[in-house]
Amino acid sequence: MQVLFARHHVRVYRFVLRLVRDESTAEDLISEVFLDVWRQAGRFEGRSAVSTWLLAIARFKALSALRRRPDEELDEEAVAGIEDPSDTPETALEKKDKSAIIRKCLTGLSAEHREIIDLVYYHEKSVEEVALIVGIPENTVKTRMFYARKRLAELLKAEGIERGWP
Amino acid sequence: MNTINKERDDLETLLPWHAAGTLNRRDAERVEKALANDRELLRRFNLAREELNETIHLNETLGAPSARAMEKLFAAIDAEPARKPKVSFDLAGRLAGFIASFSPRTLALAAAAGALAIVLQAGVITTGLIRHEAGTEVASRQDTAARTEMASADVSDGTLAAIRFAPKADVGQITAFLLANKASMIDGPLTGGIYTIRLPESGKAKEDHIKQMQAQSAIVDFIATKQ
Repeated sequence: MQVLFARHHVRVYRFVLRLVRDESTAEDLISEVFLDVWRQAGRFEGRSAVSTWLLAIARFKALSALRRRPDEELDEEAVAGIEDPSDTPETALEKKDKSAIIRKCLTGLSAEHREIIDLVYYHEKSVEEVALIVGIPENTVKTRMFYARKRLAELLKAEGIERGWP
Repeated sequence: MNTINKERDDLETLLPWHAAGTLNRRDAERVEKALANDRELLRRFNLAREELNETIHLNETLGAPSARAMEKLFAAIDAEPARKPKVSFDLAGRLAGFIASFSPRTLALAAAAGALAIVLQAGVITTGLIRHEAGTEVASRQDTAARTEMASADVSDGTLAAIRFAPKADVGQITAFLLANKASMIDGPLTGGIYTIRLPESGKAKEDHIKQMQAQSAIVDFIATKQ
């Protein structure tokens, strides 16, 4: 268990933190995730990577925690609106570089879109693995990723970055 | 025309996975082929790579959990009740009781039918084994070749090291050590308590890094480069 924890706990923590947006809650949840793993070790069938199994459990825990405190979950519009109202897109560009703006907009996505972007880009999960973790069909995984990127492009456009896609 | 557009749309949805390197070989080849002939698709692929870089950057700046998470976990594990051995259902006893409930004539008929079924089954299995022997041999050879190829690919980048941690090093120290050295655990424990880790550099820089790590004797018992 110590080796498993050492190997995976940082990535599981970051995945959960991006969903619940609270460090203390994320720490509590990863303890629960690995405790569940310890209890259910015999049920792991080896059909998927251990990290995929861990992320699926972590996702379930994170969503349960969010359901317990629905009022505290920020929606994407609220986060996207966190900026100096005097900033025009041009002045915003002058103040921040493009990378920082992209990261800000990634943070401003909805939980559903943040989740899929993180699973694909950061956790390096294939279409099949994302389908397993999120519990949706593979075609829905592709569609959801497309709409997450489309929403990201809209947020970037609002920040003055026109990508010409989609 | 619609078929061409559908194919392009399909390829476009795969770009994020291609950027992350998680497509299967067939799809990766399809995307690569299209990228070579479609400048607009290539431009969109670069957008996906840009998103990938910033997503990684964003996640890497999130930090790591404090030791509290680990302490809470292992305290909870210690507090768990000891696992009970599996309950025996005394299957043999139940079966004996079930058989005893039949008459001798019924039992004799059932035994004869059972013996006949075993003989027939043996014949079918033997025939099947003879027919498939050649095919199994080819599949086995292919499997061995694929494993050898995968093993070669895994070690070819020159960033791996073999490490054994000091017996007194606890998981918190090991975790902090791996984070501080930007190392990730790849495999283990192997024979002798050896783990395989991946370092952020290769060549001379890796050798120097390994020497620095070796100096931390409170955590590292043994470390060496792994080709």
